Amino acid sequence: MKVIKLISKNVFRHKLRSILTIFGIAVAVMAFGLLRTVVTAWNAGVDASSSSRLISRHAVSFIFPLPFSYRDQIQKVPGVTGVSFANWFGGKYKEDKPENFFARFAVDAETFMELYPEYLIPSDQLDRFKKEPNSCIIGKKIADQHNLKIGDIMTFTGDIYPGTWDFTIAGIYTGKDKYIDETQLFFPWSYLDERVKSIPGYGSGLVGWYIMQIDNPKSASEVSQVIDGMYLNSTAKTKTETEKAFQQSFVSLSGAILVSLQLISYVIIGIILLVLGNTMIMSARERIREYAVLKTLGFTGTTIAILIIGESLTISIAGGVLGLLLTFPLANGFGNAFPTIFPVFQVLPSTIFMMVGFSLLVGLAASIFPSWKSSRISIVEGLRQIG
Amino acid sequence: MSTLVQVNQVSKIYYRGTIEIPVLQNLSLDVPEGEFMALMGPSGSGKTTLLNLISGIDRPTSGSIVIAGTDIAKLNETQLAKWRSQNIGFIFQFYNLIPVLTAYENVELPLELTNLSKKEKKQRVEGVLNIVGLSDRMDHYPKQLSGGQQQRVAIARAVVTDPTLIIGDEPTGDLDRKSAEEILNLMDRLNREFKKTIVMVTHDPHAAEKAHVTRHLEKGELMVNGDGK
Repeated sequence: MKVIKLISKNVFRHKLRSILTIFGIAVAVMAFGLLRTVVTAWNAGVDASSSSRLISRHAVSFIFPLPFSYRDQIQKVPGVTGVSFANWFGGKYKEDKPENFFARFAVDAETFMELYPEYLIPSDQLDRFKKEPNSCIIGKKIADQHNLKIGDIMTFTGDIYPGTWDFTIAGIYTGKDKYIDETQLFFPWSYLDERVKSIPGYGSGLVGWYIMQIDNPKSASEVSQVIDGMYLNSTAKTKTETEKAFQQSFVSLSGAILVSLQLISYVIIGIILLVLGNTMIMSARERIREYAVLKTLGFTGTTIAILIIGESLTISIAGGVLGLLLTFPLANGFGNAFPTIFPVFQVLPSTIFMMVGFSLLVGLAASIFPSWKSSRISIVEGLRQIG
Repeated sequence: MSTLVQVNQVSKIYYRGTIEIPVLQNLSLDVPEGEFMALMGPSGSGKTTLLNLISGIDRPTSGSIVIAGTDIAKLNETQLAKWRSQNIGFIFQFYNLIPVLTAYENVELPLELTNLSKKEKKQRVEGVLNIVGLSDRMDHYPKQLSGGQQQRVAIARAVVTDPTLIIGDEPTGDLDRKSAEEILNLMDRLNREFKKTIVMVTHDPHAAEKAHVTRHLEKGELMVNGDGK
């Protein structure tokens, strides 16, 4: 149809202006996508949390440990089908640089991986992990980043727990999907507990937090109340919550920054809406005489509106698609540059949907005023326009 | 010859704020079918306004305009747009071609509002471009054509739908003498060979000579003694 041809030809009537506008939209959409991905990457732990796992930590703060003896008691709580525990280890690997940082945990070797089926590891590697006290399991990204393989020894300098700590890599786990963190190290808690016995001032038989598998996510609240009730009068009171809430408590520490990032991403979309709106108003104004001619020939105001809306949408979609295509390699590079800060840096489908949606919305919104005005122009007035 | 255009007691008043500017006053005019009429008059006499009213791109303040039996003043905007597409071929002073479309595409444009098949459209477009002598310029864009050639494309666009009435608003006003002559000869041919009714506004007495009849307007009124030939 001639109208579609006219739209496509109108888009590149002022090539430089259209190309700059398309690039502007592409950069804005890309910036929006990256900022959204930073936010979602920050929340990746929360999103990946299981609704059937609970976490019990010390009621005051998770830096205070809980007695190991709680494990058997919690195991007996109705609704709890499995119990494991973990402890933050910390330590320094190689030089003390940000790129060498990743999460390190002492975990119950016998039960931990059973409660986290999203971490995939061959059974022979898991068996070795369970048998060797100073072994460890690392995520694939850590193995790739530091060029490590099974049997290699990783040496850490303790900070919370002093001394030099050597771990032999027993296994390398992968995530069941790309949204699972593959930048962690786990070693047997029994090895930590044994070593701290010889460190003056450090008590043994203490764990950082308990992880409970429950049979029904709907009973999470009741189970949590039962567990916390058990230790209400003890010196180590517990605070039990869903894994999501537990993860959320870490993320919320940087809540203001995340809100700011989200706000900036929307401001960028607003700015590009104004830029495209200005472009469309200029284009429509330049063509008032042509629109009057089209009306003289018998085309209606609706056709004029379609021409302007179509042109605006073509520009915004072209910019949006370009921005989307640029986002993936950029996000990939960003994720590779900061693998330990953002263990999971994936452009989520929801982000892609928002990028496409905003591209369409910007195109549509930018054309509302010029299309409305141009479609209503009187032929006589339009034919008097010069230029 | 039967009357194709009947302008009955038409007045047109423009408003600038609260100020009334009467342009046409109780004007009546008949244009017989097959006529080639020139409208002349000084600037501000209302000739272009009268042309706009006859072509249905403007509405009278009072009176009626009946063209081929249809009182166009009573049509709503959508009906009027459809009526224009079927009945009027408009030739502008400044050609007003769409710059991003080729000569062929410009001529084809009004046919988008018809139910003709692609093949029929092609035949029509090539036919009229042949009549105006631009068969070899079909793929040229307006900026690649001279003024006279652009106006010939505009004439092809005006006649491609086989309209009842061709309206020319100073069609030779922007052309040199030679090109103007070519355009006038073409319009004359359309009138004689293809029996097209033409109403043309012009300032140029030489252009008016090509018409069968010339009517003079002054201060919004038709002069009684138009020099009909």
